[in-house]
Amino acid sequence: MQEHISLLLVVIPLITALIVAVLPRGILPWASTLVATFICVVLASMQLWEVINGGVISYELGGWKPPWGIEYRIDTLNAFVALIVSGIAAITLPYALLSAEKEIPPHQIPLFYSAFLLCFTGLLGITQTGDIFNVFVFLEISSLSSYVLISLGSKRQALTSSYQYLIMGTLGATFFLIGVGFIYSQTGTLNMADLARILPEVTELKTIHTGFAFILIGLALKLALFPLHLWLPNAYTYAPSVITVFLSATATKVAVYVVIRILFYVMPSGFMATIPIGDFFVLLGIAGIIIMSVYAIYQSNVKRLLAYSSVAQIGYMVLGIGLASTAGVTATIIHLFNHALMKGALFMAVGAIIYRIGSCRMDNIHGLGRQMPWTFGAIVIGGLSLIGVPGTAGFISKWYLVLAAIEQSAWISVAAILTGSLLAVIYVGRLIEALYFKPATESQQNLKEAPILLLAPTWVLVFANIYFGLDTELTVGVSEQAAQALKAIVK
Amino acid sequence: MSEMPPFVLFFLAAILVIGIRGPVRKIILLATPVIAALHIWLNIDPNILSTYSILNIELTLLRVDKLSLIFGYLFCLAGFLATIFALQVNDIKQEVSGLIYVGSTLGAVFAGDLITLFIFWELLSVSSVVFIWARGTERAIDAGMRYLIFQILSGLFLLAGALIHYQTTGSLVFEHIGLTGIASWLIFIAFGIKCAFPFLHTWLTDSYPEATPTGAVFLSVFTTKLAIYALARGFAGEEILIYIGLTMMCFPIFFAVIENDLRKTLSYSLINQLGFMVTGIGIGTALALNGAVSHAFSHVIYKSLLFMSMGAVLYRVGHIKASDLGGLYKTMPKTTTFCIVGALSISAFPLFSGFISKSMVMTALLKEGYSYGWLLALFASAGVLHHAGIKIPYFAFFAHDSGLRPKEAPVNMLIAMGLAAAICIFIGVQPQYLYALLPWEMEYWPYDMTHVLAQLQLLIFAALAFVWMTVRGIHPPELRSTNLDVEWFYRKLLPAGAHRGLIFLSNTRDMILKNTVAAMRNSRDSFFRWHISKYHLSESWPTGSMVLWISVMLVTYLLLDIFVYK
Repeated sequence: MQEHISLLLVVIPLITALIVAVLPRGILPWASTLVATFICVVLASMQLWEVINGGVISYELGGWKPPWGIEYRIDTLNAFVALIVSGIAAITLPYALLSAEKEIPPHQIPLFYSAFLLCFTGLLGITQTGDIFNVFVFLEISSLSSYVLISLGSKRQALTSSYQYLIMGTLGATFFLIGVGFIYSQTGTLNMADLARILPEVTELKTIHTGFAFILIGLALKLALFPLHLWLPNAYTYAPSVITVFLSATATKVAVYVVIRILFYVMPSGFMATIPIGDFFVLLGIAGIIIMSVYAIYQSNVKRLLAYSSVAQIGYMVLGIGLASTAGVTATIIHLFNHALMKGALFMAVGAIIYRIGSCRMDNIHGLGRQMPWTFGAIVIGGLSLIGVPGTAGFISKWYLVLAAIEQSAWISVAAILTGSLLAVIYVGRLIEALYFKPATESQQNLKEAPILLLAPTWVLVFANIYFGLDTELTVGVSEQAAQALKAIVK
Repeated sequence: MSEMPPFVLFFLAAILVIGIRGPVRKIILLATPVIAALHIWLNIDPNILSTYSILNIELTLLRVDKLSLIFGYLFCLAGFLATIFALQVNDIKQEVSGLIYVGSTLGAVFAGDLITLFIFWELLSVSSVVFIWARGTERAIDAGMRYLIFQILSGLFLLAGALIHYQTTGSLVFEHIGLTGIASWLIFIAFGIKCAFPFLHTWLTDSYPEATPTGAVFLSVFTTKLAIYALARGFAGEEILIYIGLTMMCFPIFFAVIENDLRKTLSYSLINQLGFMVTGIGIGTALALNGAVSHAFSHVIYKSLLFMSMGAVLYRVGHIKASDLGGLYKTMPKTTTFCIVGALSISAFPLFSGFISKSMVMTALLKEGYSYGWLLALFASAGVLHHAGIKIPYFAFFAHDSGLRPKEAPVNMLIAMGLAAAICIFIGVQPQYLYALLPWEMEYWPYDMTHVLAQLQLLIFAALAFVWMTVRGIHPPELRSTNLDVEWFYRKLLPAGAHRGLIFLSNTRDMILKNTVAAMRNSRDSFFRWHISKYHLSESWPTGSMVLWISVMLVTYLLLDIFVYK
C-alpha cells in the first residue's frame, strides 16, 4: 500500500467519480465524495512526510520502466502542491453540502460531484506525474470538468463564461501540446527527468526555444497571467460558490506549479537566462499586481472584486518565479499555499452571503456585517491576510517575496509589491465599508447568520490564515526544501 | 516572568474582555495598565533582552533601557487615564481595540529590532482606526479610511527601509540609524508620517476631530509619541530635524487660530507641540533630548487633559464648534477648571508641567547657537498661549453666552480629568521626580530668575495681544468655515485633475474610435463586396481580444528570444 500512494491519489478520486455519477440523488454522492477527498488528504500528507524524510519517490505505472513507461515522480515540491489541492478539496466539501443544495438543481447533484471529483483527479494527476504528455492529459481532464462545473452556476451568464473559458482553456492546452510536440521531435522523450538529462545537448536549437515558448505561453493562459486573465473574472463570478472556492484555491496554483517544474527542473540550468521568460514574468507580474488591483477597487460585485484580486496575487507568484532565484521560488511556493488559504476563506465567506441573500453585488450587501458577524469576521481576517498584515499568512508571503526582490536589488518589484498591498487596503476597505458601515435595507434587517456547516469550514481556513502567519515551519520549511531541490536555479 | 514583554498583558486582557460583561470587564480594563506598569517597574530589569525566533530571524521582543522605560511608564499612565475617561462607553469594539492599541504601543516601545517595531507599528494602525470609525458618521468613515491609508503607507516605508537596512548592514537591531543612504531615509519618512511632519501631517488634523469623544483622547497620546520615541532612538542629532521641528512649531498656529472646530484646533496644536520635541531631538545634546522626552511626557498628560475636556463638551453638547459654544462654565464648572489647568500647562506657565519641559528645549536651542530658531520657538510659544491656552477655554466655556446649559461631565470623566490636572501641577511643582527618570545625564533646573521672568513676560504680552485684538474686533472671528490645508492637493486637486485627465483621454479615445470605426466600416463595406464575407466572422469581443493578446505575447516572446536573448 505504502508504495502505491502516489497512484492511489489519482485512482481513488477517478473511480469514485464514476461511482458517484450513477448514485441516486440524496446525500450519498456528497458522502462518497467527502470520504474520497478525506482519504486523499491523508494519503497526500503521508506522501509529503515520506518525501521529506526519505527523498524522491519514483513510481512506474504498469511496471513499464521510464522513460518509456509513465513515471510518477514525487519530490517535496509536488507532494506539497498535492497536499494543498487535496486539503482545500477536503475543507470545501463539508461546505459544499448546503451551498450546492442551494445553488444547483437537485437532479444534477450526483453529476456535479462526479465532475468535481474528475476535476480533483486532474489537478492531483498534474502534481503526481513525471511525464510531460501526461501533464497535458490531466490538464485537459481538470479543465473539461471545470468547464462543466462553471456552467452549473445559477445565473445564465454562467453558460457564456464557461464557454469563454472553454475556448481560451483549449487554446492554452493546445499551445502546451504544440510545445510538447516540438520538444519531443528533438529529444524523443516525454519523461521530464529524461528531458532534463537530454536537453542540455540541444539547447541551441530554435525548435526547442519555440517549443518552450508555446508551452510557457499556454501555461500563462492557464494560470491567468495578466493580460491573459480575461476568462478568470467571469468564470469565478458566475460559477457556483463551492466551485469558486475550489478553483480559486487550486486550479491556477497547479498551473503555477507546472511552470516552476518546467522552468527549474526540465530546463537545463542557465537556459532560463537565454530566453526572455524571466523578464516577461517580472514585467507582467508587476503590471498585473498594479493594474488588476486597481480593477478590483472598481468592481461592483464582490466575487468579481476577489477574482481580480486573485489575478493580482498571481502577479506576486509569477514575479517570484521571474526573479529566478531560490529565494524568489521559495516565496512563490509559500504564496501558493497562503493564497489558497486566504482566497479560500474569503470566497467561502462570500458564498455564505450568497447562501443567505442570493446575491453578492456591493449594493445588496449593505450592513450585512451586523447581521452576520461571523461571516463578516472571516472577511475581515481574510482581508487582512490579503493585505499582508503581520500575524497573518499573507504577511509571510509578502515578507519572503520582498526579501527575494531586494536580494537582487529589484527596486521596482519591491515598490510594486508594497503598492499592491496598499491597493489591497483600499479594495478590502470598500468591502468592509459596504458590509458594516452602510445601513442595511429594511428587508434585510432581520437576516440570520449563515448555518454552522458553512461557517465551520470558513473558520478553519481563517484560523489557518492566522496559524500559518505565526508558525511558519510547515510552509517556509517545505518551500525552502522544495526550492533548493530544484537544481536549475542558478542564482 | 521577568522576560515577559508588557504587551502580552494587554493582548491577553483584550481576549479576556470579549467574553466578559458588566463591572468585571471595566475592572479588567482599568487594571491592565496598572498591572503592566507594576510589571515594568518590579519585574523587568533594565538592560534585559528577550528574544523570540520566527521567520529564521531572532526577534527581540523586549529591550529595556532608560529611554524605553520612561516611555513605557508614560504609555501605561496615559492608557490608565484614557480608560477612566472612557469608562462610561459600553462599546466592546472600542474597548478591545483600545487594549490592543495601548498594548502594541508598548510592544513597539520595547521592540529591540526593526521587524518587531514594524509588526507593532502596523497593529497600532489597524487597531486605532476603530476609534475613528466607531463614531459612525459618513465623514468619520471617510476620514478613517484616509487615516488608515496613511498609516499603512508609513508601515510599508518602514518595512522597505528595514529590509534594505538588513540587506546592506546585515543587522536588524533598532539602534541609532542616522541619515545615510536610502534605507535610513525610508525609515525616516515612515517615522515622519506617524510624527506628522509638515505635508505628511494631514491625516492627523483630518481624522482626530472625527474620532469619538473618548477615542480622540486615546489617539492624541499614542501614535505620535511613539514616533517621537522612534525618532529619538533612531535619528537623534540629525540637523534636518531642527528645521522640520521649527516648521512644525510655527505653521499650525495660523490654522489653529482660525479653526472653528475646537478639537481640530487641538489637533493643530498637537503638531505644534510635536515640533518642540522634534526640534529637541534634532539638536541632539543630552539636554535637548531630555527636553524632548520630558516634553513628550508632560505633553501627553496635558494634551489628553485638553482632549478630555473637549470630549466632555462634545459628549454633553453634541458638537464642538467654537462659534456655537460659550457660557458653559455656568453648568460645567469642574470641566472648565480642569480645562484651564490643561491650558496653563500647554502654555508653559511656571508651576505647570509644560514650563519645566519646554524650557529645556528652548535653553538647548540658545546653547547650541540657533538664535533664529530660538526666536521662532518664542513666537510659537506665544502662539500656543493664544490658540490653545486662551482660545480653547475662552470660546468653549466663556465668550458670548450661547444659552446652552448642559449637565456637568460624568463622574468618571471628571476623575480622569482631575487626575490628569493633578499630575500636570505635580510635575510643574516637583520636576525632580520626572527629571530622575530621564535617560541622559544632565544638570538642569528650570526655576531660575531669568527663565521665569522671560516666560511670564512673553505670556503676559501674548495674552494682552489677545485681549487687545478681541476688544478692537480684529481677532479672526470664529466662523463655520472650511480651512484649506495641503490635503486640498490630494483630496481636491488630484481627483479634479484626474477627472479632467480622464475626460480628455476619453474624448481622445472617442475621437480615435470614431475615425477608426469609420475606416473599418469603409474597409468592411469593401470587404463584404468580396466573396469571403459569406463565411461567419462573428466572435464575441472579449474572447477575440484574448486571442489577440495571446498572439501578441507569443510573437513578442519569440522575437525577443531570437533577436535579443543570446
